[in-house]
Amino acid sequence: MNQPLFFAWVGAALFGIGLYGLLVHGHLMRKIVALNVMGNGVFLVFIALARRDPLVTDPIPHAMVLTGLVISVSATAFALVLLKRLARQAQAQESSEHDS
Amino acid sequence: MIEWLFDGLLAIGLLWLGWRTVVSAELFKAIVMFIVLGLFMALCWARLAAPDVALAEAAIGAGLIGALLLDAYRALVAERWQADDRNAKPLVAASLAILSSVLIGGLAWALLFSPEPVVDLNAQARARLADSGVGNPVTAVLLNFRGYDTLLEVGVLFLAWLGLWTVGEQESNSAATGAWVEDSDLLTALVRLLAPLGVLIGVYLLWAGANEPGGAFQAGTVLAAVGVLLRLSGRLRPELSPDLWVRFGVTVGLLVFSAIAVGVIPVGGNLLEYPGDWAGLLIVVIETSLMVSIALILTLLFIGSAGLRRGGS
Repeated sequence: MNQPLFFAWVGAALFGIGLYGLLVHGHLMRKIVALNVMGNGVFLVFIALARRDPLVTDPIPHAMVLTGLVISVSATAFALVLLKRLARQAQAQESSEHDS
Repeated sequence: MIEWLFDGLLAIGLLWLGWRTVVSAELFKAIVMFIVLGLFMALCWARLAAPDVALAEAAIGAGLIGALLLDAYRALVAERWQADDRNAKPLVAASLAILSSVLIGGLAWALLFSPEPVVDLNAQARARLADSGVGNPVTAVLLNFRGYDTLLEVGVLFLAWLGLWTVGEQESNSAATGAWVEDSDLLTALVRLLAPLGVLIGVYLLWAGANEPGGAFQAGTVLAAVGVLLRLSGRLRPELSPDLWVRFGVTVGLLVFSAIAVGVIPVGGNLLEYPGDWAGLLIVVIETSLMVSIALILTLLFIGSAGLRRGGS
């Protein structure tokens, strides 16, 4: 049992927890948050495994996680924009039904 | 011993926060738990000797994503959206929980018996670090050895902005286009203090990134945080259609990076193969333009419109 393996396990557990949340919730925003928990789990596995050689940290997984962080924030932001648009349309539809 | 205690507490914190994020009954609580989870992740990166990732996570994971989620929450409450929040039935939820646990067990098993890497990329990257033009191995991988990844990543950011432009529309309530926080002397003083400081830190991170932890991503996200602050205090306003300056800022990273990637072909022979003596300078030019694009796109994604303009006051 060493530190990289320990944190890689924590990452795997976070991934599983996020997957459970993604599947169990019906609310779209809960799904988006759960997806981000899954992403955090994946990043943790990467960074933990970069420490497999305790003397020299591997820079390649670090660079990949940096890329992944920016991609995941832009994907999340776009998903939230779509969600807001959906909410606004549902609201407009509801009020027009109300009037007629 | 004390290190194991710290790591153990950190792991318990991560798992508990992840669990609460997923199972909290209220959406708002889940969002707050997720923001705290981001802070714990940043601590975790610091523990795992990944300062570059820790810097980015503190700005993105704990800062920007939190602001995005809270803003979306506000919008959903304002629209009084009747979400389809039917959750899985207890029996289904229980079986999903069991399946997820089995998956976690399988992943843990796979990690325990993961094979040694066939190619030692770590050694290769470190051996050629001197040729990369920068001293920070993470920057060298991002901008030189695996520059292709970063080039495509900027493309993804650009696509996210295009998507925003496509689906964006003027928010119906006027409150959404003005300041979100009541203006006061205190707020003005705070913005005047924090905004220049944020810009200074961002540019410093960009400059330091060549040889120490930092770089275009960390710098861009810190600048985006300044953009969020300016938006909250009403100094930046959304604009449906981006003006020329915004279009230039959004695309400059992609344009400069692509131009250099193609421009070095006659000299180096391959796409993105920088000539040795020029590598350091080219990387600084690329990183500066990337910082501008990343900061602007992330700010616009928070504002929720393709363009922006200066607000009054």
